[in-house]
Amino acid sequence: MNAILHSEIFILSLTFAAYFVAQSLQRKTKMLFLNPVLVAIVLIIGFLTVFKIDFESYKQGSKMIEFLLKPAIIALGVPLYQQLGKIKKQAIPIIVSQLVGCIAGVVSVVLIAKLMGAPKEIIFSIAPKSVTTPIAMEVSKTLGGIPPLTASVVVLFGIIGSIFGYEIMKISRIKSTIAQGISMGTAAHVLGASKSMEISGNFGALSSIGLIVNGIFTAFLAPYIISFLGIWIDF
Amino acid sequence: MKQVVIIMGCLLFGEFVVYLTGIKMPSSIIGMLLLTLSLEMGWIKLEWVKGISNFLTKNMAFFFVPPGVAIMLYLDLIKASFWPIIVASTLGTVIVFACTGWTHQLFIKHKKTFKKNKPS
Repeated sequence: MNAILHSEIFILSLTFAAYFVAQSLQRKTKMLFLNPVLVAIVLIIGFLTVFKIDFESYKQGSKMIEFLLKPAIIALGVPLYQQLGKIKKQAIPIIVSQLVGCIAGVVSVVLIAKLMGAPKEIIFSIAPKSVTTPIAMEVSKTLGGIPPLTASVVVLFGIIGSIFGYEIMKISRIKSTIAQGISMGTAAHVLGASKSMEISGNFGALSSIGLIVNGIFTAFLAPYIISFLGIWIDF
Repeated sequence: MKQVVIIMGCLLFGEFVVYLTGIKMPSSIIGMLLLTLSLEMGWIKLEWVKGISNFLTKNMAFFFVPPGVAIMLYLDLIKASFWPIIVASTLGTVIVFACTGWTHQLFIKHKKTFKKNKPS
């Protein structure tokens, strides 16, 4: 029995099943907080703990799924290509606003976490938290953070951003619909984009621009922003 | 199969660039940019990669379940820094919304006043 529980086929099935259950749960309840990824992670951790399966076995077994993350980022090149016309038309506003958003995001998170006394591996883990999970995890790995922690924070705050994003922008008097759509993708990545998609396809497309462009900028700049901050801050 | 070869080729190219230049960047981002460039330049046709990229981007969320499970190894570390994580991320999210929105809006307003001032 133990051999089956630790086998690759069992671990893969467990992961698929947990995600399927989590997805149907959200479809039925329509509660944004029951994000399928978060729920699936909780279900799997619960199962591993109850049946005393160690994380190493799980990691070995689920390697095949995790491997697909990198090809998935490559595949984002297709929507980026499809939005290229829109991006070119508004090149300067988009590039500048994304640059500001990217720098503001990384710097604010790093400074606040440092002020509150977080250790450096935590700070580096949450530094890329505004960008989409696969990119954020890669950035976290490059910086020396803890990618799984990054993933959880990204998903959690993506959900929070997608729920309160339009409220935050109403309070901060961002009235331009283009600015709203793009910011949703910049600050709340895929989850923000899917929220925008509910409003209209146009909003969704704008958000996907924000999510991809901020992803690229953060991947490029985060290591440099961190080493720049390192001049003043002793991590 | 062609689709898989193109995607893997882009990834391999990204890995090579990172290996050769030592640049601090995820290889997948470099591969993604190569794919966009190839599509734009017409080296690759959209139909060649549309199916696989739809599949990958639609199911992207699922692929980060396994790495997310690794959080179970860091629960103590998270407990110790719970409030810094929550406060920094909450404020950070609000700041990103405000800064991106304001900056983008600034351009639009500027454009409008520019248009208004133009003699018509």
